[in-house]
This record gives sequence, C-alpha cells and structure tokens, in this order.
Amino acid sequence: MLTLQPIGQTKPKSMPGSKQGHLPHLPQSACDLSGVWHTVCPCLRKLSAFEVNSDLTTNVSIKPLTSDLQLEVEVEASVQMEEREGEDGVEQPPLCPIDPNTQGIIKGRDLFGYVGIEAVLDQMRRKTMKAGFEFNIMVVGQSGLGKSTLVNTLFKSKVSRKSCTPNYEEKISKTVNLQSICHVIEEKGVKMKLTVIDTPGFGDQINNENCWEPIVKYVNEQYEKYLREEQHVNRKRRIPDTRVHCCVYFLPATGHRLRPIDVEFMKRLGHIVSIVPVIAKADTLTMEERLEFKQRIRQDLEANGIRVYPQKEYDEDAEDRILNDKIRENIPFAVVGTDKEHQVNGNKVLGRKTKWGIIEVENVAHCEFANLRDLLIRSHLQDLKDVTHNIHYETYRVRRLNESNANGLGLSALSLENGTFDKNEAESQL
Amino acid sequence: MSQSGEKGKFPETAGYVGFANLPNQVHRKSVKKGFEFTLMVVGESGLGKSTLINSLFLTDLYPERYIPGAAEKIERTVQIEASTVEIEERGVKLRLTVVDTPGYGDAINSQDCFKTIIQYIDNQFERYLHDESGLNRRHIVDNRVHCCFYFISPFGHGLKPLDVEFMKAIHSKVNIVPVIAKADTLTLRERDRLKRRILDEIGEHGIRIYQLPDADSDEDEEFKEQTRVLKASIPFAVIGSNQLIEVKGKKIRGRLYPWGVVEVENPEHNDFLKLRTMLVTHMQDLQEVTQDLHYENFRSERLKRAGSNRVVEEEVMDKDQILMEKEAELRRMQQMIAQMQAQMKMKPGDD
Repeated sequence: MLTLQPIGQTKPKSMPGSKQGHLPHLPQSACDLSGVWHTVCPCLRKLSAFEVNSDLTTNVSIKPLTSDLQLEVEVEASVQMEEREGEDGVEQPPLCPIDPNTQGIIKGRDLFGYVGIEAVLDQMRRKTMKAGFEFNIMVVGQSGLGKSTLVNTLFKSKVSRKSCTPNYEEKISKTVNLQSICHVIEEKGVKMKLTVIDTPGFGDQINNENCWEPIVKYVNEQYEKYLREEQHVNRKRRIPDTRVHCCVYFLPATGHRLRPIDVEFMKRLGHIVSIVPVIAKADTLTMEERLEFKQRIRQDLEANGIRVYPQKEYDEDAEDRILNDKIRENIPFAVVGTDKEHQVNGNKVLGRKTKWGIIEVENVAHCEFANLRDLLIRSHLQDLKDVTHNIHYETYRVRRLNESNANGLGLSALSLENGTFDKNEAESQL
Repeated sequence: MSQSGEKGKFPETAGYVGFANLPNQVHRKSVKKGFEFTLMVVGESGLGKSTLINSLFLTDLYPERYIPGAAEKIERTVQIEASTVEIEERGVKLRLTVVDTPGYGDAINSQDCFKTIIQYIDNQFERYLHDESGLNRRHIVDNRVHCCFYFISPFGHGLKPLDVEFMKAIHSKVNIVPVIAKADTLTLRERDRLKRRILDEIGEHGIRIYQLPDADSDEDEEFKEQTRVLKASIPFAVIGSNQLIEVKGKKIRGRLYPWGVVEVENPEHNDFLKLRTMLVTHMQDLQEVTQDLHYENFRSERLKRAGSNRVVEEEVMDKDQILMEKEAELRRMQQMIAQMQAQMKMKPGDD
C-alpha cells in the first residue's frame, strides 16, 4: 500500500559520515498521511462531524494495530474533529457553519437550489493530490537520545539510519554537521516528500559553545534560497521548499530542569523556526517525576522567554486557542520510540521489552508518542508549514529586504535610528 | 596477654601459644575505633547520584535539596560539597563522608569543570601529608578520597569526551568505579552492549579503573564465585530508589511505572546489590589501594617537587637579590648626582 521512492540524499555539508552510504531498507507500512489531507481542506468534513473535540488525548484509540499496520477508520474520524481550520487563501464555502453570526455569508439552507459551489473542493483535492506535500523536519539533540528511532517510528518506515545498528561506527564528530535525507512516502494516494535533517555532533563536545551556529546558519540559508527563487523574474511554478518546517528538540530525561545548552539553543532558534521540545527516553521517569519535570521545564521556558510551537500569538480564533492550549499544557511530550514489536494480550504492539514489563509506545497511558504523532502529522502538519511560511519566512524576508535597502542607499542597517540623529545634526548645523 | 574470654574457645593443647587470637584483638580494636571512608560521586546532574547514595546507605543525606534553574547554572562553577554521616550497624561504626560535585558537566563549556575536583583531591592528600609529617601523629583524620563513583549516562552510546578526559585526569589519584546510572532505561541487550562498549573505550584510552582483587586461593568457592561475578559486571548498571512499593504483598524498594515495577534489590533488574556488595566487602581494599598507591604517588611527586623547587628558588633569589641591590645603588647614585647638579645650577643663579 505504501511505496517508498528514495529521492536521494542531499548533504549540505560534506562529512565523512557513516550514516550515509547505502540507502536504508524501506519496508511497506502506513503512517496515516490521509489525515494530512484533512488539515489542508478542512471543509471536506461532513457537517455532522463538525464538533470541537475538547479532549486531545483520547483521540487515538488504544486499539492495537492490525497486521498490515493500517489504522482504523475510527481513528481518522476522531482526528477530523480537531483540525486546524482555515487554510490561508481558501475561501470558506458557505456550507460550513463555522460562525453562525458572521454576516454576509449565505447559509447552504438558504439557497434556493443546488449551485455546485462545493465542487470546488473536489478540484482542490485533485490538484493537491497530484502535487503532493513537502515536509522538512529537523531533529536536534545529543547523540544517543533516540532521534533516528523516533523519526522512524513516527513515519513507520526506516527513514533514518539508527546509530545503534551493529555495523555503525560512531565517531563523535568535532563540529556539528548537518545531514539531510529525502524520502517520498505515499499513502492512499497522498504523496509526501519528507526530508529529515539530522544534526550529529550537537552538544557532544566538552566545549559546546556556539554549537548552535551551524544550525542557525543552515536555517537562514534555506530562507535565503527561497527568497532568491521568489525574486526571480521568471519564477518556477512551485518553488522547491527546503525551509525547515519543524525542529524537534530532544531533552534528556534528567528529571531536574532545562540545562544551559537547552536554553541557549531554544532562545536562538525559537525566533526563526518552530521548535517542538520533546523529552527523550522517557521510560526512565515515573508519572509523578514526569509531571514535575514538565512543569519545571514550562516554568523555565517562560522565565527565559522561549516560544515553542504552538505559539500563543499565532492562534487565529477561540477554537484554535482552546485546541492549542490543550497542547501547550502537555508540552513537552514525553516519548519513547522503538521499531520492535512484541505480543501483548495476543496483539502485536510496538514496544520495549524489559524484565519488569513491556512499554507500549502507542499506549497513551505509557508515553505520549501518540500525542506527538498527532500533533506533527495528523493535525498540525499544515499549520507548521503555514507558520513557517507566513511568519518565520516573512520575518526573515522583511529583515533581509530592509538590509539590502539600507545597503543600497549606503547607510548602515540601523538606518532608522541614525536617520533621525543625522537630521538633528544637520538642523543644528544650520 | 591472657584472653580470659577466649580461653574457653581454644582449649589448652600442648604447643598452643595463643596468637591465633590476634585477629580477634584487631577486630575488637577496629570496632572500637570505627572506620572512616570517603566516597566521591561525580557525574552530570540528573543522573540519580543523590538517590543512589541514599539508597546505598539507607539514609537521607540530602534532606533539603534545591535544584537550581538553568540561568543560575550558567553562572555556577563546580562546587564541592562534603557531607558526613555516622552510620552504626551491629556495633560497628562507620564515619562516611560523601563528597558531591554539583555543577559538573552543566555548563556549556565544561573544560574547567574538573580542575576544582582535582584540586580538592590534591588538597586532601596535601593535608594528610602535612599531618603525617607533623609532630603529633596520634589523631590523623583521614579525609582522603578512597573511592570515586563516576556516573555514566545511559542515554549515549558509550563514554562522552568529557567522561574520557575526566577519568584520564584522575585515574592516578583516586580509585575509579564506573557506574551506569538510570539503568531502567535500558533493555537487557542494550545494557550488555553499553557495558562492552564502555569497557572497550576504557581500554582504548588507557584509563585505569579500580580492579577488584582476585580471591585468594584459600577462600571458599562461594567467595571466589562472588568475586568472579562482580568482576564480570563492571561497570555496574544501577537504579536507586528509597520508595517502598508493595509487590505481591511484600514491601520492597523500587520505582513504580505504568508498565511494571522496577525492583532495586532484584539482581535480575539491575546491579545495585552487586555494587553494594563490592563496596562493603572491598572497603578495606579501597582504603589500602588509596594509601599504598595513590597517596604514595602523590607523596613522592610532592617531595620531589618541593626539593627541586627549593634549590632553584635559592639560586634565583640570590641572583635577583644581587641585581636588585646593585640597581638600588645605581639609582641612589644618580639621584645624588642630580641633586648636586641642581645645587650647582642654583648657586650661580643666586649670586
């Protein structure tokens, strides 16, 4: 059902990396990308299913996966209910009773006959299915925190080569080198071009000062590339989008607080990319420790002015706010990742087997992997892309255009301040 | 010396002298005197060091823990906190000092974090050396660090660069016992792989960790077996906890997860019991190795350095002194000349 066509591997920085080499073996499995479609075109939902489901955590049924790893329809239905609504630029067809008090919208039942406006949805659907989606996700964290395993588990395919495979010779590199690997995943006719950007060497040295600089540089380079493409006289129809849509930052499960390196990194990158912090290898924390840890992290984030996704300022309406508040209360998610399956009560589940029990990855009572997956893929994937495009990219663009304007006139980048000062000087001279 | 108490044990046979009682005398004296032991714990914050110490000695050495925020951690340097506790068990007194090193590995740039620790160890040796060379040697307090538990994070793939650098710097000063912390995050296979990896890396970098002494050939099989098992389990993968959880009607120490209970004292779950056994049966040996090997190394280095320093300093001082004196004389002469010139200039002016 799922076909994987590896597009190839692009290495922005050359590295004697042993993670490259041959392409990983890509088995068939599903990771429910059909949910993504719904985030793009929320109005495909049936009218009756349109209710805000206020309980985010129970949207994944603890029903175990069937043998071909396809997810049940019920799961999809519950996912529909907490969509982000409103794609920018998509006119809300009057059939969706979003806000009954909005003026100027003719309700469907007020029309005298069938006009056929809803056919536009089909056209949109066909177009986007043909075009496919792009998603670029960056994983940052110290080595051994389970980044590659988590990405593999998220997309139910071996997109990243794990560093704990037997033939892997790991050498902690002296600088942070970014590696990006591209795959095309397809599910139910929906194609997604997934790029995973890995950052080995981050935070592994004795002296980790400025280890975030290569990452900041990379993110800005992608914005620059897109900006250049946009400014061409003859633009391509679809500008290839290599901008980082989401950065998953892995925190080690110490149980105390944020470390200085975490604070520094998130401060700097929170302005230019959407960060999703995640507690890695969370099977070492009991439930109470986990709650306390999360609380302390949230306090630390607020105390340092770090904005993580979903940012409060970008909530568009009350419904979003309710949804996103629920997410914000649970951030950072405590996850456990694995690609091994075990038998539990006669069902095959993804889990880690220890002498004292089996930790089920998709069981919400055990860890929050399902919540993270829903956030990243099923409900907020399009929103992540939108925030990157509309907010982060635009901020970068404005800054760059201001800089180049200032350079054009021969003034420094702080032209505003200097401008007024110079005027005063000139006046006083007169 | 007649031991009236022991006469009943050892009947008066011909040729029996009685010095078989000596171990009992030593035993009694040392029990009266009590034992001293200093244990240092080093590792990044959040690895469960304090919990493990509390579990090992069944006390609460850190009643009011304050965990500082990240902003404070940026400013802090490594500190040394020593807490002493007197434990008594069946009449045997142990004066245990635990030296904690908060702030280790916290900063973004950790290059200086082990300087403080090495300085502390050297200071303790220095103090002992001073006391030993002093006049009153009756009550020498032994604060030298006898053993260092180095906590390795289970999250990585082996030793981090910081671990390697630190262990290389102190393996000639203190007995290192590497410990894998928070071992409940590893499955059995991962644990074995990590242990092998760590031992390989330790060998690769030439780090000398504390080696358990082989059992003497006259010890019984059980003890020999125990020593063999202990030696094979280094580094120990441990879990610490002081919470009592009820499992199958019994109250045991462990950690409660939604997927099961990890028992601290279950040898199948982790190596906590092995670590405790090692510490308890080899406490004496650890002290001996510290005295015979590390302290003697330090002492000879120190005395050599002190000796050569003194000679070099004297020479330097002589030369310097002479130079300075000559310069001072020159200056005085120049001043006198200047004064006389000034006077001569003024005299004709006055006239």
